[in-house]
Amino acid sequence: MKTLLIGEYREGKLLDSTYELLGFAGQLGAETAMLLVGSETQLPSYGGTLYLADAASCGEYNPDLHKKLILDAVQKENPDYIVFLHSSYGWDLAPRVAAALRVAQLSEVIALADGGFEVGCCNAKMRRTVKPAAGRAVVTIQAGAFPALQPGGIPLLQKLSAAGTAALEFIGYEAAEKKDVDLGKAEIIVSAGRGIGKKDNVSMIQALAKALGGELGASRPVVDAGWVEHSHQVGTTGQTVSPKLYVACGISGAIQHLAGMKKADFIIAINKDKDAPIGEIADVLVVADLMQFVPALTAKLAKQ
Amino acid sequence: MKLLVCIKQVPDLESRFKADAAGVWYNETDLAFRMNEYDEYAVEQAVQLREKLGEGSELTVLSIGPDRVVEAIKKSLAMGCDNAAHIQDAAAFAKDPWQIASIIATYAQDKNFDIIFTGMQSQDRGSAQVGVTVAELLGFACTTTIVGFDYDNGIITAKRELEGGIKGIVKLKTPALVTCQLGLNIPRYPTLPNIMKAKKKEIAAIPVADLLAEEPLATTTSFHPPAKKGGGIVLEGDVGDLVEKVMAILKDKTAVLR
Ligand SMILES: Cc1cc2nc3c(=O)[nH]c(=O)nc-3n(C[C@H](O)[C@H](O)[C@H](O)COP(=O)(O)OP(=O)(O)OC[C@H]3O[C@@H](n4cnc5c(N)ncnc54)[C@H](O)[C@@H]3O)c2cc1C
Ligand SMILES: Nc1ncnc2c1ncn2[C@@H]1O[C@H](COP(=O)(O)O)[C@@H](O)[C@H]1O
Repeated sequence: MKTLLIGEYREGKLLDSTYELLGFAGQLGAETAMLLVGSETQLPSYGGTLYLADAASCGEYNPDLHKKLILDAVQKENPDYIVFLHSSYGWDLAPRVAAALRVAQLSEVIALADGGFEVGCCNAKMRRTVKPAAGRAVVTIQAGAFPALQPGGIPLLQKLSAAGTAALEFIGYEAAEKKDVDLGKAEIIVSAGRGIGKKDNVSMIQALAKALGGELGASRPVVDAGWVEHSHQVGTTGQTVSPKLYVACGISGAIQHLAGMKKADFIIAINKDKDAPIGEIADVLVVADLMQFVPALTAKLAKQ
Repeated sequence: MKLLVCIKQVPDLESRFKADAAGVWYNETDLAFRMNEYDEYAVEQAVQLREKLGEGSELTVLSIGPDRVVEAIKKSLAMGCDNAAHIQDAAAFAKDPWQIASIIATYAQDKNFDIIFTGMQSQDRGSAQVGVTVAELLGFACTTTIVGFDYDNGIITAKRELEGGIKGIVKLKTPALVTCQLGLNIPRYPTLPNIMKAKKKEIAAIPVADLLAEEPLATTTSFHPPAKKGGGIVLEGDVGDLVEKVMAILKDKTAVLR
């Protein structure tokens, strides 16, 4: 079995997540080749075949050209699986490659499952086992689901190039907003999720954060709705935190939120839904209406 | 200009899910359905563009699914879509993203849409494939996960969301398809007068068999809950008791109350 692994490169740097692709191939027990649109000055620590195209001429985000490059490498390698990370690069490009090859795409794979792949569904509450109909398939793997493997070695370079006009023009990057709070250093974080119901209830979560001597965090919907500043958002598109204590109030536990806080030493989740996926990583899941529980806990802490 | 927005109806994600008889998807009994969250942003963006373009432009909303999806279609019409296509398919849940995309592409093929809006992913299936695949099948320019959108004179300027809060700015020539991310805008609530007006708007019902020509490329063999990791404690009961228990845990297991 053979895999073609599509690595990632951004703003001139090879992304470490690229090594997770090797972790996936390792679990499959498959041979590997890699493709990267990057630069010869930043090669992965990997001794296999590396199809390399130059990001200076092919762009870091140019789906039309990158698709052509991948199809070219697919012809040369004849892989069973073409593997991407389920990332802003991967979920944008993978369906294009799958459509061009007319093969199945399996999205956001979290594990191998007898003859198929395990994927999440229903906001991570449930799982499906999926199998491609034909032998070949395009796969995107969930960030963090497979261990990063750095085999070492110097890649056998095979240079690729592509040209052509594209209907899409990449103008440039916009840096992340400046943070007025650095949650990365906080020892205690109490986060508000959509379960708080309305903006007025942010103060209730803030009061608990204060009683515990911690900072306020938030899930994305709370930020998108304008209840809390973006600088407090925890998750893949917010901050990554590793406090001693993380209290999640009314947060379901979507993978993009978990990615930002699962390294916390101790996690307490307050949720009225006993099946909420946050329960899978929480040390303590308090099944309760936060509207009653949070003020009661805050009051008790105040008496200490 | 002609605009299309694709919406899916999904169950309330706070529900309990049980497998259906075949064990490959959820049982719909007792589930309440609503519009996929990502698609609300897609509808709002399409409606905003439709309003900006004014007379002579047209916005169609499309949904594939059983009769219940008409509820979500009606909401889109009340938000400002002009007309609708309901692709009737009681077994839409069993179709893979490739088939769903093919159905949409076949519908759109001869209609000269300039811009198609979709959500970046559906909350129940979550494949993040249908939009991009439709664009590939139609030969449209496409970008994904947008949190900013502007249109002027045949050119879309979109802001893509990348990891860690970084954004990428792209320009696309129409015809184009964009997939919409959470936070792109603030989806409006339909007002009562607009709900009334929407009742007069046309919903074309099209049997899926008229548009489907593709076999699935992937099959689901099982639908099940995640394996319980264990380890964690689950506390239930009276709020007063819960507070006592959590206080004890904070004292024992964390340095917070020392
Ligand atoms: C590319 C991408 C990037 C993303 N980046 C991020 C990110 O950085 N950070 C992030 O957080 N999300 C991110 N998301 C969104 C993520 O997928 C989820 O949609 C989001 O995390 C859900 O937030 P939530 O848990 O607050 O809301 P929901 O999922 O709506 O959960 C609300 C929870 O509150 C509970 N609840 C409701 N009422 C009560 C009550 N009275 N008492 C107790 N519990 C109650 C419910 O049972 C439910 O579990 C991203 C998504 C994508 C696609
Ligand atoms: N049954 C459907 N009917 C109409 N549009 C759909 C349907 N399924 C998916 N879509 C669209 O495709 C997007 C991505 O869905 P998915 O690939 O399932 O994650 C959704 O946000 C919708 O805009």
